[in-house]
Amino acid sequence: MSVTAAFFYLFAGITVASAFLVISARSPVHSVLFLILAFVNAAALFILLGAEFLAMILIVVYVGAVAVLFLFVIMLLDIDFAQLRQGSLQYLPIGMVVGAIFLVELILVVTTYVVDPALLNLPQASQAVEGVTNTAQLGAVLYTKYVYFFQLSGLILLVAMIGAIVLTLRERPGVKRQDPARQSARTSETSIEIRKVNSREGV
Amino acid sequence: MIGLVHYLTVAAILFALGVIGIFLNRRNVIVILMSIELMLLAVNINLVAFSSFLNDIVGQVFALFVLTVAAAEAAIGLAILVVFFRNRGTIAVEDVNTMKG
Repeated sequence: MSVTAAFFYLFAGITVASAFLVISARSPVHSVLFLILAFVNAAALFILLGAEFLAMILIVVYVGAVAVLFLFVIMLLDIDFAQLRQGSLQYLPIGMVVGAIFLVELILVVTTYVVDPALLNLPQASQAVEGVTNTAQLGAVLYTKYVYFFQLSGLILLVAMIGAIVLTLRERPGVKRQDPARQSARTSETSIEIRKVNSREGV
Repeated sequence: MIGLVHYLTVAAILFALGVIGIFLNRRNVIVILMSIELMLLAVNINLVAFSSFLNDIVGQVFALFVLTVAAAEAAIGLAILVVFFRNRGTIAVEDVNTMKG
């Protein structure tokens, strides 16, 4: 068994095991931590496949942003998870049946398919070039052929950002807040009052 | 020798685990969202594996787009979850009936 194969089985095994623990862990905090482990090992699988840029993006975006977002939401909301777990085992049989059907079908597909040899000779959309890094190749395709899709994905992120802000912004009455417009509109004439105080009389 | 089939099998197992997770945690929206992330990860592994073995970079471009949409989906989903928890004090899925849909 070559070193590559050994590493593949290591990373794939940890990915699958931690994915199983994500869905079966008792506490959602543990679920998020196992999700992080699954993503890190999937990133290692990407590196084995030669997709270094996507591996780094997976770690930055998922581990750095999405998983931390999950952790924030779980820890900031006061949720009774024990109550949520009640009766969850009653759906286990149907879940196992559907999952097993999915798994068997997918494995039958991936182990028995045959590629038409004529298709392999078709001109490829973007042939990977030897001697150029994965990131450079991806950029050369992404910023030329798929530039409109790239802009569109930026737009999706903008809409998601504005949507998340609008959804969670809350104006509560009776809370004293800073009002920068009022602060900067103040002048020394409106904020300082000069009184003449006679001696021994007080204000 | 590790071939395309090995990677596709790992992705298939991850996808099936995501499906089972949705059934197993039917009441907990947070774990359902995590299961969806697992399924999207399985799709990404498929795309990158085909991209690598067919020597064609376009699969990785599409995996990048899937990643973008998944991040946006997680952000919006968790924002809706926070608003729902503020209004109802629970995140149980069967209580999501405010809109009488």
